[in-house]
Amino acid sequence: MTEETAFADIRADDGDKPDAAVVRDALGVGVAVGLSGFAFGVTSAGSGLTLPQTCLLSLLVFTGASQFALVGALAGGGNPVTAAAGALFLGVRNAFYGLRLSQVLALPRAVRPFAAQWVIDETAAVALAQPTRRAARIGFAVTGLSLYVLWNLTTLLGALGAEAIGDTDAWGLDAAGPAVFLALLAPMLRTGTERTVAGLAVVLGLGLLPVLPAGVPVLVAALAAPAVLWARGRRGTGDR
Amino acid sequence: MNTWIAIGATVVGCYAVKLAGLLVPAGVLERPLVRRLAALLPVALLAALTAQQTFADGQTLVLDARAAGVAAAGVALVLRAPFLLVVAAAVVVTAGVRALGG
Repeated sequence: MTEETAFADIRADDGDKPDAAVVRDALGVGVAVGLSGFAFGVTSAGSGLTLPQTCLLSLLVFTGASQFALVGALAGGGNPVTAAAGALFLGVRNAFYGLRLSQVLALPRAVRPFAAQWVIDETAAVALAQPTRRAARIGFAVTGLSLYVLWNLTTLLGALGAEAIGDTDAWGLDAAGPAVFLALLAPMLRTGTERTVAGLAVVLGLGLLPVLPAGVPVLVAALAAPAVLWARGRRGTGDR
Repeated sequence: MNTWIAIGATVVGCYAVKLAGLLVPAGVLERPLVRRLAALLPVALLAALTAQQTFADGQTLVLDARAAGVAAAGVALVLRAPFLLVVAAAVVVTAGVRALGG
């Protein structure tokens, strides 16, 4: 959700930054976003996933948009392959965060498989905004740890809460998923290209919903990205 | 069983792309076109998912309380509300509209 900060000013040259200030920034992001695991727990349980399935997703997938997409697709009756494909496509951006982070953090090879699980929007945004390598490492670790612990705790609480509530739709909790997606999407809509892609994807996603098997329309809608890029390239109006 | 297959595939796939970013040499993915596409792919997916989860009921399109809730989330976003408040606005308004509508 914080992609623009992630790619802006990787090296804002403001010299040293006190460790305490880095920790404070990191905890702010980690706690705020970590608490939204509650929405995932509720949504997942409301989509018919069991408690162990819900908790395993947060423990092992640990990238919010993909998790919401997966349980949404499964609730909509999508087959497991298309459901997983949609979730995976959403996760691809983490590879690009990893690229940036590996340069900034300079992690030893042995540490990378463990650090990889924390390579997500929020850790990238915090780490890449730091002025020094030491600050970036602290930012990455504190954001990652606080978010991981809270996200999993609140997932569990949300799933338990949903079971206690019963009909989650009566409480409006089925609106949590799309609201999360909208909140993640909003900061990405910076230029005309992004807005065109989003508009085309909405048209494709809704228009094809009645005619294609569940889960497939989202994958077709993803083609809005290369289609718009190709059209802009032909017209020679790359706006960035 | 199907659910477990989907979970397994997502777990393995999502971890693999995270790790790939940390392990591959920078030059491979740093081509401008690839980066541009990677930045736009989530835009397309999130837009389609938002629309579908707001208006879809199975394979039919409906206009119900969720639309009001997501619209409230949109207003909250315009007002630069924090993430949790955006989600809470959607939930509360959806529940409210449903309660009023019977």
